[in-house]
Amino acid sequence: MTPTIAILLIITFVLSTVGLLLLIWTIANNQFSHGQAAARTIFSPGEEGHSEDRARPADEPFTGDTSEQAQAIEARWTADQSSRTAVLTWLSSSVFWLLLGSFFGLASSIKMHLPEFLTASEFLTFGRIRPVHLNAVTYGWASMAGIGVALFLIPRLFKTSLVGGKYAVIGGFIWNIGLILGLSAITLGLSDGEEWLEFPWQVDLLFVVGGAMCAAPLLLTAANRNVEHLYVTSWYLMAALVWFPILFLIANLPFAFPGASGATVNWWFAHNVLGLWVTPIGIGIAYYMIPKILGRPIISYQLSLIGFWSLALFYSQVGIHHLIGGPIPTWLVTLSIVHSVMMSIPVITVAINHHGTMMGNFGRLKDSPTLRFVWIGALMYTVASLQGSMEALRSINVITHFTHYTVAHAHLGMYAFLSFILFGAVYFIMPRLTNWEWPWRKLISLHFWLVSIGILIYVVSLTVAGWKQGVALLDAAMPFMDIVKMTLPALQARTLGGALMTLGHLVFAFHFIAMLMRQGAATEQPTLFRPAIKENAQ
Amino acid sequence: MKRALAIMVGAALILLLATLTLVVMPYLQMSAEQVPPDLKPYTEQQQRGRQVYIANGCVYCHSQQPRDPSFAPGDKARGWGRPSVPGDYAYDEPHLLGTMRTGPDLFNIGARQPSIDWQLMHLYNPRAIIKGSIMPSYPFLFRHVDEPVEGDKVVNIPPPYGPESGKIVATEDALALAEYMLALDHTYPAPTLPTLPPKTDEPKENRAP
Ligand code: HEM
Ligand code: HEM
Repeated sequence: MTPTIAILLIITFVLSTVGLLLLIWTIANNQFSHGQAAARTIFSPGEEGHSEDRARPADEPFTGDTSEQAQAIEARWTADQSSRTAVLTWLSSSVFWLLLGSFFGLASSIKMHLPEFLTASEFLTFGRIRPVHLNAVTYGWASMAGIGVALFLIPRLFKTSLVGGKYAVIGGFIWNIGLILGLSAITLGLSDGEEWLEFPWQVDLLFVVGGAMCAAPLLLTAANRNVEHLYVTSWYLMAALVWFPILFLIANLPFAFPGASGATVNWWFAHNVLGLWVTPIGIGIAYYMIPKILGRPIISYQLSLIGFWSLALFYSQVGIHHLIGGPIPTWLVTLSIVHSVMMSIPVITVAINHHGTMMGNFGRLKDSPTLRFVWIGALMYTVASLQGSMEALRSINVITHFTHYTVAHAHLGMYAFLSFILFGAVYFIMPRLTNWEWPWRKLISLHFWLVSIGILIYVVSLTVAGWKQGVALLDAAMPFMDIVKMTLPALQARTLGGALMTLGHLVFAFHFIAMLMRQGAATEQPTLFRPAIKENAQ
Repeated sequence: MKRALAIMVGAALILLLATLTLVVMPYLQMSAEQVPPDLKPYTEQQQRGRQVYIANGCVYCHSQQPRDPSFAPGDKARGWGRPSVPGDYAYDEPHLLGTMRTGPDLFNIGARQPSIDWQLMHLYNPRAIIKGSIMPSYPFLFRHVDEPVEGDKVVNIPPPYGPESGKIVATEDALALAEYMLALDHTYPAPTLPTLPPKTDEPKENRAP
């Protein structure tokens, strides 16, 4: 037995022991036995069976049958209002960064098939606008929208007002300053040089501080909570907000990790941003929105807890599947592949819960914008993750690793999964904060179709072309330039898909601003895809 | 609060465990790795070129990590070189392994294209050399002068890619970047590579771009 295999075995052993201990601990502490009761904590008394989105035309808004129930609804309204400034700060910023990031993504895409497009200025060269795209959409759009939604959900989940909301507002400003400085640094050519870690480390400190300032209201509000059970969404949100600052700090320790070990830290970090930061936020939101809109609890609370801990155990170790075949120890790659495959456990448990809860209620997708965006997002989480587990296998990865296939997978995850869920959540949250309904139903519809068709074109074209590119690259008889030519149509198709997505984002941002400015007619009814209550009922 | 705290502490512990296995242990193992005796540290100019490579994001399209031929046969057969080992990157900070091959691997570009004029011309406009290349041009790394003065590095661009009149001169950044390209030559044998066939020289016949 070689020492490396011995190490591998020891690690696996330690891991499973720790996992087991954790599981025993949770059971001993009655985390599991509350079972379905915990799944119901997101409903106010008597609310179960009523959709908060009133997705069906016949649904009357639930205002409570008894005074006690009415009070609970009233209390929730107060809780919503308590987070208003903080949530609006983070969400408005995120919409801005989404637009900026989309334009940079679109320009990067165009440059890949029109290499003379905007080459005169060094500030607009592909190698600078592409990292601006990635950082703007990851740390600007996805992270800021995710934190915004988390700030909205925390008081709801803990059934109390947000405590210390002003820290989150200040944190939002610091985060925005970090983005402005970081993106400018990349544009000026001052990148740190590692993917997902381009911001100079001095700027990164701002994100650690800004993130920590959002953890403060979380802790304060948790200390004040009025619920016995912690609903699974709060597990995910709490963990994500703990993980991110640690990750970001370690990965950015300046000059600590040179050479090939720097690559392992780089990808350990990058996949943890995906797995331990944006993914728990996305799944957590879906765990809240789907049952709320259907008015029925998730089907298995036990499963959701297993899903949570197995995600924590497995996802934290998958990073090195980005370096398969690279100059690093084999045991390390194997470890990450094993965990990538093990990821199917949390993925399947989450899928059973999300899609199982939907069973028999698919008709509501026709009405509720939130449900449609969130559920499609949840479905794409299942798809992207199962695809990811396959992609981590050596036999598949040898083909897909260096190709556009990875980019398609990246957008399936970050866009069709995460961004869709965030869109859905924003449609849910804004009316509850502003006490105003979305002005134009048609715009929501337009947004949905533009981004759906756009991402479909994006993912399908690059998946097919990326696979062919990967197969061809392995065969040295095929000249490199022929492979480049072969991928050109897909790169052009990506520009088309990306343009539709960007248009969709313009519609979304316009509607968002109109909402803030209270445009359109005052109405009591939620804006759904189909004309709701009055117009339909008679 | 107890339970909320327990979740957060549990989450943090799991992450620390992962840090141990994916960050600390690889670091210990790889920093003990032997540095190939033939690997030369970068000169100041090459290091500056490396910085230009980083600033302009070449890493988003080019990898620097040929894979083992028994795993991915295309890499070596395209002339990209023997599989790289951790020691090859001893002087790389930050690493520039890359994850895309929109363009070819550059681990041995200095051996495949050892002419500085080729490198400069290619940077000024890749299509001047390789028809159909989708690599962007980097005109901002060059100056357009009417008359080059003493010490200027003139780059002769074939028509129609050059300017109508005057000359194209490489800036310090362009020269540094080109020197860095030439430094990317890892054709020496790697002492730690068990799968390397007996010490034959790297075949250089396959000089695809
Ligand atoms: C079980 C779950 C998943 C597994 C096992 C997995 C696995 C992988 C693998 C093997 C790669 C390719 C690495 C390479 O060859 O370079 C990859 C790339 C990527 N994945 Fe996943 N994936 C999973 C889920 C997700 C999800 C849910 C998201 C989005 C939130 C996501 C986002 C990405 C991104 C952005 C990349 C590209 C990273 C880069 O090259 O910059 N993945 N994933
Ligand atoms: C608006 C339309 C969009 C377009 C046209 C677009 C286009 C692009 C392009 C051209 C790249 C570079 C690919 C390469 O280097 O080969 C890229 C990378 C990336 N984009 Fe987008 N993008 C869009 C939206 C988004 C959004 C909204 C997100 C996240 C929420 C996102 C996340 C990413 C990620 C994570 C990568 C890195 C992928 C990798 O390294 O494998 N993109 N995008």
